[in-house]
Amino acid sequence: MAVKTPILDAKIPKGTLSEKWSAYKSHAGLVNPANRRKYDIIVVGTGLAGSSAAASLAEMGYNVKSFCFQDSPRRAHSIAAQGGINAAKNYQNDGDSVFRLFYDTIKGGDYRAREANVHRLAELSTHIIDQCVAQGIPFAREYGGLLANRSFGGAQVSRTFYARGQTGQQLLLGAYSALSRQIQLGKVQQFSRHEILDLVIVEGKARGVVVRDLVSGKISSHSAHAVLLCTGGYGNVYFLSTNAMGSNVTACWRAHKKGAFFANPCFTQIHPTCIPVHGDHQSKLTLMSESLRNDGRVWVPKTPALAEKVRKGGLSPEELSEEDRDYFLERRYPAFGNLVPRDVASRNAKYVCDEGKGVGTGLAVFLDFRDAIKRDGEDVIRSKYGNLFDMYQQITGQDPYRVPMNIYPAVHYTMGGLWVDYQLMTTIPGLYALGEANFSDHGANRLGASALMQGLADGYFVIPYTLGDYLSNMPYEKIPTTHPAFQEAEKEVLRDIQKLLQIQGNKSVDYYHKQLGLCMWEYCGMSRTQKGLEKARIRVKELREEFWKNVKVVGKNEDMNLCLEKAGRVADFLELGELMIEDALQREESCGGHFREEYQTPEGEALRNDELFSFVSIWEYGQKKMHKEHLNFEEVKPTQRSYK
Amino acid sequence: MKITLKIWRQSNSSEKGNFQTYSLEDISPDSSFLEVLDLLNVRLEEEGKDPIHFDHDCREGICGTCSLYINGRPHGPSQTTTCQLHMRSFKDGELLWVEPWRAKPFPVIKDLVVDRNSLDRIIQAGGYVSVRTGGVPDANSLPVGQDLAEESMDAASCIGCGACVASCKNASAMLFVAAKVSHLALLPQGKVERQSRVQEMIAQMDKEGFGSCTNTAACEAECPKNISVSHIARLNREFFLAKILPETK
Repeated sequence: MAVKTPILDAKIPKGTLSEKWSAYKSHAGLVNPANRRKYDIIVVGTGLAGSSAAASLAEMGYNVKSFCFQDSPRRAHSIAAQGGINAAKNYQNDGDSVFRLFYDTIKGGDYRAREANVHRLAELSTHIIDQCVAQGIPFAREYGGLLANRSFGGAQVSRTFYARGQTGQQLLLGAYSALSRQIQLGKVQQFSRHEILDLVIVEGKARGVVVRDLVSGKISSHSAHAVLLCTGGYGNVYFLSTNAMGSNVTACWRAHKKGAFFANPCFTQIHPTCIPVHGDHQSKLTLMSESLRNDGRVWVPKTPALAEKVRKGGLSPEELSEEDRDYFLERRYPAFGNLVPRDVASRNAKYVCDEGKGVGTGLAVFLDFRDAIKRDGEDVIRSKYGNLFDMYQQITGQDPYRVPMNIYPAVHYTMGGLWVDYQLMTTIPGLYALGEANFSDHGANRLGASALMQGLADGYFVIPYTLGDYLSNMPYEKIPTTHPAFQEAEKEVLRDIQKLLQIQGNKSVDYYHKQLGLCMWEYCGMSRTQKGLEKARIRVKELREEFWKNVKVVGKNEDMNLCLEKAGRVADFLELGELMIEDALQREESCGGHFREEYQTPEGEALRNDELFSFVSIWEYGQKKMHKEHLNFEEVKPTQRSYK
Repeated sequence: MKITLKIWRQSNSSEKGNFQTYSLEDISPDSSFLEVLDLLNVRLEEEGKDPIHFDHDCREGICGTCSLYINGRPHGPSQTTTCQLHMRSFKDGELLWVEPWRAKPFPVIKDLVVDRNSLDRIIQAGGYVSVRTGGVPDANSLPVGQDLAEESMDAASCIGCGACVASCKNASAMLFVAAKVSHLALLPQGKVERQSRVQEMIAQMDKEGFGSCTNTAACEAECPKNISVSHIARLNREFFLAKILPETK
């Protein structure tokens, strides 16, 4: 264990778990409304966390500059979240409560999340729904006009609010509308098609960013009193993932290089229900919402011989009788059935495919709606999942009302991220990380419908309080961008860009990205071994070195240049890959999405080691040093997670 | 399969553009159209040529970033976004003309990339309910009929891609504006500001240089989210009432 570093104090308030957030709010420092306009805040990213933070802070009176790489803030990838958002409203009278949501999230995360943060998240969940309804988000309703709910994995209550299969879209457009209102009022300055390339630190505090205008290539600086990174996750390190093509780790990684520690980098979520890979030229994987597991039953043919027949087209799935089907999730987990958490569902899909019972290309299982359609009728199923079924048909050319869907796990979400304390502040004072960009709430596995909850909780209800506390001790004085720290950072950014442009090797940026992705998926994906990880460590290092010698980046900086944008992002992914492998190697246990084959129960379930690994691993840049934040469980006793 | 692409290349907003021809072989019918452009770009980059710039992001048909005309139709031949268009929609050996969207309020930035911030500015003019964070009533305090919520959701599904503008001979943004006005006018939360909202959004639409609606319904035919022109009827009704009725809150 490293020496105690004061900077890694999580600053969790005293008191019982359920009183901590109230206690914090009662004692946090405040900034007088008239003085808020003296502070400038930079918000990077316009997804749920970024838009909600930018809008809320601007409403309070701060001057906000909001940045996104997309052409409009409404495009951020939160928009693609399908299934829903959890809230402990207990509108269904089925026994839900703040404590239960907290408990499910901690358990779902396999006891690797910080209790205090998760409890606060559960408390705030109910306010989010109120806020979103007030903004005019058309959530699904019952006939009587009240809000409808559905169930999601890892829970035995119905607490998920939804807007068809487009919940993320509707929540994001709600936050975007609040942001748009503040843009109109002049309180937010929006910079779309801008990418953050460096963080500027003055006297130990985050005081601004260096950005590249993606249209003109112009490099410029922006100064502020605090910087919020709301830039999402890093799943694109695997090349193929359900993330948007542009999703990247660059802003977080450049901050990491400047001293923001990175926590639990190896904790990745592999989502069980995605459309399987079809060929080598694929650029992107598509998720089918977890909500489908409410009515869809997951199965494979009972024997490898039958599966082979199905794969070769000699037997259609409808022809297989009940006895010839293996509903493997229902068989192994009778209590939760098809609604086990994502890590469990993914791993089991992999097992049956490894046994030779996969369908399609061999790397797919069935998600079958036959029984639900028989029970409820096609119209009911259409009203619940119509857009998802259409999307599936569009991509695969098959009609899921007639034949079962083919699905397979794919990289979806990253639980790791920049380390933050209870106030969402990173190890750099004045630099915050919100939403998927931080590590704090989901431990080693995130439950469905809780990413939206976290993004909005952080942006609407946490940062307005915690940022005020920081600024209440901060002088109003602004730092001009002519300050040497800004000038130096700009020069460095330009130097790195020139370096990329001058290599002029003979392999495309995509080539390196694909190679990295294949290696990460093989050795640092759904299941990991020491041997495999050690192999990957060497391979990724080689790739990184080769990239800097042999990549071909065309065009120039002073222009819209897609190739250059990608090159910068892939350079960062290559470094991140090495860190993820290092982290997966040191964590000699299995927990949640991190499954080390050496550590499993006789039934093949993840085997945690609480004695040695009940901590958050926190890395300094360059894998120089790993710190530990020990996790103390006061309310929940960690047990072997069981969904049987 | 084989495919020949005639793609619009334009180095920036002030230069003149032209079509260039690219031939591709061994294309999988399961590939999406944008994956074919990805493939072509890798080839161009390895040859040291400037890749084709096009807008895209989620590749799931929901972010609204992708655009393009293929053979003159926004998002190509089927009623989806370009990213959800697969090569099986085309014939082996087909020739495809690929262009950026043509509308005065959507200036070309480079190749197939256009600037659609005019749509953002229309939303900024009033496409919201003016509530602050916090201090709102319980979500279930105001029941909303299921039919209304569903119809509102139909309108709220708009992804802001601009296909309606691109398909319209007048480059009108009426379907886009109507979707937002209708989404909020149908819900009790949006009713308070309905009069000012519709007037301000329409004023901004005119200011941006979008054309007028002449009810050809080309927008509905091309909208990847099947948004109905009946929302335009509601928009007109909202606008008319806002003009003739005294302001009510």
